[in-house]
Amino acid sequence: MHSYITKRLLMIIPTLIGAAILVFCLLRIIPGDPCEIRLAGTGLYVDEAEIELCREKLGLTKPLLVQFYHFVTGYVTWDLGESMWTGKPVTEEIGLRFQLSLQVAIMATLVAIIIAIPLGAISAIKQDTWIDYAVRTFSIAGIAMPSFWLGILIILGLLIGTQHFFGEPWMPPIYYVSPFEDLGANLAQLIWPAVATGYRYSAVATRMTRSALLEVLREDYIRTARAKGMLEKIIINRHALKNAMLPVLTIIGIEFAFLMGGLVVTEQVFNLNGIGRLFVESVGAQDFNMTQQLVMLVVVIAVMTNFVVDLFYGWLDPRIRYG
Amino acid sequence: MTSLNPSVATDTLEEPKAMWIVRALGLIRRQPLASAGGFVVLLMIVATIFADVLSPYDPEAADFMHMLTAPNADYWLGTDMFGRDILTRIIYGARTALFVGFTAAFIGATAGLILGVASAYFGGLFDLIVQRIVDIIMAFPLIILALAIVSIRGAGTVNVIIAITIPFIPQCARVVRSSALAIREIPYVDAARALGFSHTRIIMRHMVPNVMAPYLIMLTTFVGQAILLEASLSYLGMGVQEPTPAWGLMLQGGAEEYAESAPWVPIFPGLAITIAVFGFNLFGDGLRDVLDPRLRSR
Repeated sequence: MHSYITKRLLMIIPTLIGAAILVFCLLRIIPGDPCEIRLAGTGLYVDEAEIELCREKLGLTKPLLVQFYHFVTGYVTWDLGESMWTGKPVTEEIGLRFQLSLQVAIMATLVAIIIAIPLGAISAIKQDTWIDYAVRTFSIAGIAMPSFWLGILIILGLLIGTQHFFGEPWMPPIYYVSPFEDLGANLAQLIWPAVATGYRYSAVATRMTRSALLEVLREDYIRTARAKGMLEKIIINRHALKNAMLPVLTIIGIEFAFLMGGLVVTEQVFNLNGIGRLFVESVGAQDFNMTQQLVMLVVVIAVMTNFVVDLFYGWLDPRIRYG
Repeated sequence: MTSLNPSVATDTLEEPKAMWIVRALGLIRRQPLASAGGFVVLLMIVATIFADVLSPYDPEAADFMHMLTAPNADYWLGTDMFGRDILTRIIYGARTALFVGFTAAFIGATAGLILGVASAYFGGLFDLIVQRIVDIIMAFPLIILALAIVSIRGAGTVNVIIAITIPFIPQCARVVRSSALAIREIPYVDAARALGFSHTRIIMRHMVPNVMAPYLIMLTTFVGQAILLEASLSYLGMGVQEPTPAWGLMLQGGAEEYAESAPWVPIFPGLAITIAVFGFNLFGDGLRDVLDPRLRSR
């Protein structure tokens, strides 16, 4: 097991190097120049010298290999450079916002699990009944519905609902409070984005739970359990569902890694100052360095999540051995 | 196609002109969800082509006499904060969505198709390198990659198409490769090689036509995804720019501020996105069931 973990961790390194190369190349090979776009955005007349000055400041005039060297060694010395917009170190800007995004991500995952597993299970047990069709429509709608629109609808619902029941409209608080300081205020702010993101996330997991459970329910040992008169409830919970969890866990893991992408839009809707918002702002402000580092952060999260999911397999299914 | 039941078959014999209606009805009965999806797709195509005929208003001209009008007989879905008819902008928005969605999906899927088949055909080092690059690109969430591309190219319709297309290529390449690997082992590929055909000819004439099923399925799924991505990017202000009518953009322009006083401003464009993506997904699922039942894993 230990040797597997070490091996698996070592395998992460080439992926990360590959990702670094890709991000680096993508941002430099695709035609387009952050300096030109940035200066063109001002609407004023810009001469060549000014663009050249900007390029020099961003370090874009140096040879590509030197640029790449600085990019990679930054991770070793933990000097990721400064934001080109605020001038503060990238690590500081990200650190400020990471807690919020992580919390929303975890809450969204919980929301997704709470929705997906019971719905998926009911849908599989009541296969081809109206319940099954309702659940499937609900989950396909989750994939089709943009999470930012769901966010707008939730805000709209909150405003109208509170107006109707309490006489005055209520909006979730705007400022982030750490859950360790005031859990109530924290949840009042973050539960809504977690629901908006979690619903979409649950859609894929619901479909996976359904199909995995359907497959397991056809196994011989389920028939044996039924034949010996075991309660259906125990058959489903103890025997079927547990064995159907493996693919569901995989999909939840994969989706968690992609949650950061979903957060980009949701944070914008709910006015949350998180990683996603920072991403959108740095793209908008042509903050080249910040964008680059944020993309890397997302990749690191994705790769690490896959690693953790792999380790979970062995725990969930003892038949899987790591050699 | 021939498995219609006898009563229907005799009907069609008596009335050959109505055959297509019977066929269509049969299709709807066998694939109700896919037909619903197909209907949405058809509706969008009609809206795209006949946008100028269908809508009586100008999608871009502001009308300050009719700002934020609630839905009524003149403005079926109401007007936005610039007095522009929302239904008109949704119809024209279909044009933008379909244009961006189809272009990105087509280029992305086709590039992925060629790359995937080539990767399977050549194998060896070429395959290994391509697959590792595919692995790495697939570690990026779609929207993150798209935003990164927008950050260097700036916002705008063409850049949005590029930003959406690039992440599609590896996805399609991966799926197509797995189908193409099986085809590569079929003797006719060896025969073609023995006849001295060029690599390009074998790939384009002998392998590509045989992986059309996964390609078409990916293509339809991509259109839905691209519409959703375009809407997200436009909503973030990184996509299609005002005054071009685009669904995501309609939600961005202060839709949240007007959420309470004028709920029709945020509700209808979002509904349009949802229905469109829903339609393409259902259509894609149906296509998958018809073309390649083996892929019915999820």
